[in-house]
Amino acid sequence: MSADPGWETVVGLEVHCELKTRTKLFCSCLNAFGDDPNTNVCSVCLGLPGSLPVLNVNAVELAMRIGAALHCEVRPSVFHRKNYFYPDMPKDYQISQYDEPINVGGWLDLPDGSRVGIVRAHLEEDTGKTTHQGETGRIHGADYALVDYNRAGIPLVEIVSEPDIRSAAQARLYVTELRALLVATGASDGRMEEGSLRVDANVSVRRAGARAYGTRCEVKNLNSLRSLGRAIDHEAARQVSLLEATGTVVQETRHWDESAGRTIPLRSKEEAFDYRYFPEPDLVPLAPDDEWRARAADAVGMLPSARRERLVLLLDKDPTPQQAEQIRVLVGQGLDDMVVAATAHGAPIDLALVRAANELAADLDAALALDPAAFGALVRMEAQGDLTATQSKAVLAALLTAGGGDPAAIAAEKGFEALSESSLAAVVQETVEAHPDEWSRFCAGEEKLAGFFTGQVMRATSGKADGKAIAAELARLKNAT
Amino acid sequence: MSSGGSASSARGSASSAGSAWESASAVAIASQVRRGERTARSIVEAALAAISARDPELHAFLHVAADEARSAADALDDAVRAGRDPGPLAGVPVALKDNLCTRGIPTTCASRILGGWRPPYDATVVTRLREAGGIVIGKTNLDEFAMGSSTENSCAGPTRHPTDPTRVPGGSSGGSAAAVGAGLVPLGLGSDTGGSVRQPAALCGTVGMKPTYGTVSRYGLVAFASSLDQIGPLARSVADAALLLEVIAGHDPRDSTSLDRPAPRVSRSLDAGVAGLRVGVVAELVDDTAPDVARRVREAADELARAGALVEDVAVPEMRFGLSAYYLIAPAEASSNLARYDGVRYGLRVDAPDVEAMNTATRTAGFGPEVKRRIMLGTYALSAGYYDAYYGKAQRVRTLMIRAFERAYERFDVLLGATAPTTAFALGERTADPLTMYMSDVCTIPSNLSGHPAISVPFGAGDDGLPVGVQVLAPALCEERMFQVAAALERAAASRGNGSPTTEPASTAQPASTAQPASTTEPASTTEPASTTEPASTTEPASTTGPGERGRGR
Amino acid sequence: MNDPEPLSREEVAHVAGLARLALTTDELDMFTGQLARVIDHARDVAALDVAGVPPTAHPLPVRNVYRPDEPRRGLERDEVLAEAPEVEDGRFKVPRIVGEAP
Repeated sequence: MSADPGWETVVGLEVHCELKTRTKLFCSCLNAFGDDPNTNVCSVCLGLPGSLPVLNVNAVELAMRIGAALHCEVRPSVFHRKNYFYPDMPKDYQISQYDEPINVGGWLDLPDGSRVGIVRAHLEEDTGKTTHQGETGRIHGADYALVDYNRAGIPLVEIVSEPDIRSAAQARLYVTELRALLVATGASDGRMEEGSLRVDANVSVRRAGARAYGTRCEVKNLNSLRSLGRAIDHEAARQVSLLEATGTVVQETRHWDESAGRTIPLRSKEEAFDYRYFPEPDLVPLAPDDEWRARAADAVGMLPSARRERLVLLLDKDPTPQQAEQIRVLVGQGLDDMVVAATAHGAPIDLALVRAANELAADLDAALALDPAAFGALVRMEAQGDLTATQSKAVLAALLTAGGGDPAAIAAEKGFEALSESSLAAVVQETVEAHPDEWSRFCAGEEKLAGFFTGQVMRATSGKADGKAIAAELARLKNAT
Repeated sequence: MSSGGSASSARGSASSAGSAWESASAVAIASQVRRGERTARSIVEAALAAISARDPELHAFLHVAADEARSAADALDDAVRAGRDPGPLAGVPVALKDNLCTRGIPTTCASRILGGWRPPYDATVVTRLREAGGIVIGKTNLDEFAMGSSTENSCAGPTRHPTDPTRVPGGSSGGSAAAVGAGLVPLGLGSDTGGSVRQPAALCGTVGMKPTYGTVSRYGLVAFASSLDQIGPLARSVADAALLLEVIAGHDPRDSTSLDRPAPRVSRSLDAGVAGLRVGVVAELVDDTAPDVARRVREAADELARAGALVEDVAVPEMRFGLSAYYLIAPAEASSNLARYDGVRYGLRVDAPDVEAMNTATRTAGFGPEVKRRIMLGTYALSAGYYDAYYGKAQRVRTLMIRAFERAYERFDVLLGATAPTTAFALGERTADPLTMYMSDVCTIPSNLSGHPAISVPFGAGDDGLPVGVQVLAPALCEERMFQVAAALERAAASRGNGSPTTEPASTAQPASTAQPASTTEPASTTEPASTTEPASTTEPASTTGPGERGRGR
Repeated sequence: MNDPEPLSREEVAHVAGLARLALTTDELDMFTGQLARVIDHARDVAALDVAGVPPTAHPLPVRNVYRPDEPRRGLERDEVLAEAPEVEDGRFKVPRIVGEAP
């Protein structure tokens, strides 16, 4: 769906990000994903009568870190109650921040050189999870619903952008970069697939060159970058055709239906327009002192752009497109520190990038817990030819399972003893002598026989020999003939 | 309520020593149980017997936890026999308002919507009570969710006044006030959002106090209006109230609004007297009350002056805005606090085809009319377009109220006034018009808005012979000074012979003629409730109690 | 009642809906009258000039109360679900939900 050149798309995004704390925002229950339903609950997060919230200091710390990373002003703040009924909300109000949020103003620079303004980034609690039961498994036509409150009370920071985004591609870039920032600062694991990053898009369109914004619609249920891009394109096109046909767009909240590829209006409720916000009387105002704010700002560390630059500098040459992608992926997943540490342990950067972007990224939880020294040592062994690529991957898998270890010892255990140069030379010599005809033809220029000899050497060494080393030895013998 | 053979035999003995039990002081009971002179079990049986005998008429209790109380008493007696200190409240039965969470014991807030709910946890005050050796004897009646001034808004029916069954005990902690006032138990706990401890205490002739906001943890108190709610003790003497406050007060990390401050040591100031203290009699808390009530307040002020206080009148006109501000702020917070009763997780559910209809059916059937009124009033005060005019304004008036108190406290150490504008009124008298009922709280509301402490002490009777309470108000965190004045008032009332019939004087300095019948079984002087936990009492200048009398029997 | 009603039946009905309460016609009349009296009484507050007076949300000026980010054992699921009106598969069961969260 390509945009009509006569129209401009205007997008502002609201990103809800679950903070990577150990416990919930207002109680000491575990902040965990995927546990059995209603096992991480207590009087507070179930909203039992008489229970009271107490603020998690680490959630405040992480929220301030996000604010600092987004160049926001970190301010004294107040929690409010947002009142509406919904069964996944144990108290039938959400504790959120309203007119005095913790982070105000700011911006995010995107890799394409554009800058997106940040309105605010405030703290609030997550809701529980509702599953609609019935024939369709979806909300429409469901017979009943089941509620799990494990997620209720998990700390969220809602990051609201200015309507500075002008295309679906830019929206995706914004979320990708924001996600990398949240991961880099240690504030969130940024996993959209687990719902720890959720995006709503405010979409409007206006005539090219117009200054006033058009009427916007809020699009919900954007569970992936792909959905985000498709939904914006679809919604913009829908609004353009509406405007061209009738001249008006109705402001409303719409739901993205991924399978149908379209947005549909949500039944709007009276409550939605009257949340009756008022200051949460069970909590006291939050006024972090200068020292704490400075500490949180220091803890931000390197931002994604600097982290990408750091890997490029280590590479010491212009990255290939493939390497640029590897670098982007690694920074986005928080694995760049691992690569840098591996190079400090003698691993060459290009091979470290490959192994990290392929093997480590595929098993992220284990990779983030891996000892960088072990990873560095492994990559160095492979680079030195002590291990073949296949062997290296096998050892890396073992390291990931164990969380670390000595790669040389694991290699030895697996019988991956490296062939010394002299013993490889001896095996190649024996193989050549055992097949004189093939050798003559190879020397006469029948290049494809290299594969035959490599296979023979591999068989003789039970796969321990390195393909490149065999090729080199064959070439040396051929030249010497 | 179970009444086995032991209960009925205990009942017999209780009636023979009825007056002794009905006036027994918590201080004396604890001291006897700690010394092994009486068993906690015998105390509990006496309380259960008294409840069996009187409560069918009074209806102070919604649930009597007889089995739990007996096992707690037996465990405590074992501890005493084993030489362990059972704590400052050893063996004292305490009646809990039924909006305080008790693990495994029904907690209903006198509402159908919480019918049969058994909390999975104890309120912090309940935990502290148990740790101090106190015995939870049962849960008392209240206006539904503490919304009311007469205990008539209970889904279980009203509680009756301990001395006149045609009258209300006040509210909303009317069950605890009646139970203490009638002598069923020496101590009760209530919650005070707009006067719900002090006003029923005044009407039932008991002591009742509201601490400085944040002094007692609200964890486990089912919220009515969070920024106003405080839990407070009800007792038959100032000394007993002091003992209970010392047990339940103090910082609680589970309540973010709990002050990081040790429990005030109120017991030690009881005999200090009032010489030189500056007492302001608040015109608005006297002039706006019934003439017989106003007369008692004036007499109380005169007594304090006679005891050496510097008494002067003071006008605090902002107090007249208290009622309006309160009836915007409290319902607003309540409308949000009571949203959770939606039929999903606990309590009542009324079935309906979809969740919204189920919520509505449940809430419509589960809440009584007064609760609905306040929910609607609060929803209105918070809703778009009205917030600034009502809730926002009321919060600013709250600031004015605090400033007015601060100004008054520049000139006075404490303030004095009536607790309630009238004595106990007739059942049904004020139910027709909510606003008239709301007026019952006019004298108590200002302290809730300001967060300051206040205590009601019985001081004589009205023209109808029913008790009148005089209220002592003090600056934030000044509970010690407040109790000091309250104890002086109590002594004055006793010396005039017009304290509450069941009130024990706080001091040994009383003439023998006013000593209560139970005094013969109480060798310990009541001046030293916490003597075993407080090594050296800071010797007070009080002239009548010499240091040589410490710990000596009369 | 001196002034005209400051509160209409429609407003009371609207507020009851927001609070998930159903009122009969008689109740609507009764509550409208009663609430109007209370709101009318509150006009002394609404009429006050309090410009420049800051609002008080908390009676005492306490700030910055936190707890450490340390897990503590919560409630047992069986105990929690035992109080629920209806349960299925370890979760709270509710009738079908019409419409998503606002």
